[in-house]
Amino acid sequence: MADGIYRKILHARLRGQLSYRGSFLLDCLAQAIAQGGELVVILVLFNRITALGGFSVTEVLLVYALASTAFGMSDLFAGQLNALPMYIREGTFDVLLLRPLGTLPQLMASDLPLKRIGRVFSGLVVLGYALLHNDVVWTPWSVGLLLVTPVAGAVIFSGIWVLACSVCFWLVDGQELANTVTYGSNTFTSYPISVYSGWLRRLMAFVVPGAFVAYYPALALLDKTDPLGAPAWLGWVAPLVAALVAGLAGITWTFAVRHYRGTGS
Amino acid sequence: MIEVRDLRREFRVSEKAGFLRRAHRTVAAVDGVSFDVAAGEAVGYVGPNGAGKSTTIKMLTGILVPTSGTVRVSGVDPSRQRKELARRIGVVFGQRSQLWWDLPLKDSFELLKAIYRVSAPDFTARLAECVELLELGPFLTTPVRQLSLGQRMRGEVTASLLHAPELLVLDEPTIGLDLESKERLREFLAELNTKRGTTLLLTTHDLDDIQRLCPRLMVIDHGTVLADGPLADLRAEVSPDRVLVVDLEDAAPPLDDLPGVTSVRLEMGGKRQHLAFRRDVTTAAALITAVAARAEVHDLAVVEPEIDDVVRRLYERRHLGAECR
Ligand SMILES: Nc1ncnc2c1ncn2[C@@H]1O[C@H](COP(=O)(O)OP(=O)(O)OP(=O)(O)O)[C@@H](O)[C@H]1O
Ligand SMILES: [Mg+2]
Repeated sequence: MADGIYRKILHARLRGQLSYRGSFLLDCLAQAIAQGGELVVILVLFNRITALGGFSVTEVLLVYALASTAFGMSDLFAGQLNALPMYIREGTFDVLLLRPLGTLPQLMASDLPLKRIGRVFSGLVVLGYALLHNDVVWTPWSVGLLLVTPVAGAVIFSGIWVLACSVCFWLVDGQELANTVTYGSNTFTSYPISVYSGWLRRLMAFVVPGAFVAYYPALALLDKTDPLGAPAWLGWVAPLVAALVAGLAGITWTFAVRHYRGTGS
Repeated sequence: MIEVRDLRREFRVSEKAGFLRRAHRTVAAVDGVSFDVAAGEAVGYVGPNGAGKSTTIKMLTGILVPTSGTVRVSGVDPSRQRKELARRIGVVFGQRSQLWWDLPLKDSFELLKAIYRVSAPDFTARLAECVELLELGPFLTTPVRQLSLGQRMRGEVTASLLHAPELLVLDEPTIGLDLESKERLREFLAELNTKRGTTLLLTTHDLDDIQRLCPRLMVIDHGTVLADGPLADLRAEVSPDRVLVVDLEDAAPPLDDLPGVTSVRLEMGGKRQHLAFRRDVTTAAALITAVAARAEVHDLAVVEPEIDDVVRRLYERRHLGAECR
């Protein structure tokens, strides 16, 4: 489907956006400040202690940066799903169903929030910093892993986003739940999972496969064994997990859309 | 073109019942509807508010999944082959815009061209035709949000036709338009149907739309089809009476003893008489002859019941029927 239709749609959205250039810059700034706030939390934390769940500050930063970049990339597209409850409540979802295109890609292309690129960008800056200050053994394998990880992470996040938002076809207030899951999983993945208590860890690592976004790949990059004793190969299977999540999300979405009921007027 | 069998769609509605409790109830918006529409037909789908018209349309166009029953439109199952269907039909919702709010009309059309993969020559030709017939020229470069309702509706119709659909479904296309805009739109649609052979299915509350456009009328209420057929047949079915209005040269006593006449209403002291007569007992011609034999006739007219009357009587008949049962 990458034959230019969505490129055209996005391009059209872009033209609409650029008419508000001032607010665009302001938005970018706000994003960067918010991101800075999260970083400050990590740094303040390490002012008091030297290790967190068996990880040094630069190692934590690597986990944080991988998660942040992945989330930023997923936010760029899946973030539009936040508008889904409005589409459902107002019945404008009808219009998406009348076009010979998938509803999910249409929703994702319904806006191109350039301001969110700020998040990807600052994630990459922190990632660069963390890579320079950790002992990463550079081999073709680790370079490949580094390139694939944020993409797989973005797919995992987007999949979680789609799964959570599917709830909106049944529950009018489903967005609250969906937001808790998506933003919650971002916060979770930003820290080594070893800092969490047992049940939360298992839930977030495997049920919501957040640990594959940053934690396990970071272990592989650092060539570090998991303090919790997970096998090393888990660091390499993020793309597989991403494919699974994406498949599950696709099936769930298709099922959910069949429960769309529109509005009475 | 359209094949509908025992179509049913329920909605679960919840209402406040006391302080935190909610009561759930299932309502059947469409309750066992069956009909066929052949290629090239123009069918009007009418009924009072909440009758189930929009719900039917949404099931025909793949927006809603039926609770039960079968639908085939253009040879496909709308809810299962939604994208396939979208390429073959055009849909216009009077109350729901399909254009991009902040883009000029022209840009919306360009996007649709890409989405429906319309070739450049086809696109140019079709757009040019709509621009001419619907007089879109003056506002082609205006952002959609700045268009008046009438202008936007013309844009919506054009948008739905760019991929040359074989079936055009319209849900209240004339709602809110002034008389002139309505007339222009009707004329355009009539031409589309007769010249291009595009099948039309439209819902409306303006029975003039039906009179002008649709040889066939379907009346629905409470989710079931009350009547389906040519307007003239429905008319004969609900009201066997026709009315002959005669203006006499001189006032005369009521001509209520002529054969076939069921009732008489006098005007102007008997100079004008409305003679209701049974169309199955006598003909207008026979009655006119009979009247002329009794009095000097100055002018006369045969009046058919208004289409509103026909539809109203169809609803009434159904409600009477329900009470009897
Ligand atoms: N999404 C929905 N949720 C709950 N009830 C609905 C929904 N959509 C329609 N209904 C109900 O179904 C019935 C039929 O609605 P529908 O919109 O099909 O009527 P309509 O014939 O189009 O009426 P109108 O002339 O007012 O447009 C109504 O009682 C309406 O309240
Ligand atoms: Mg309606």
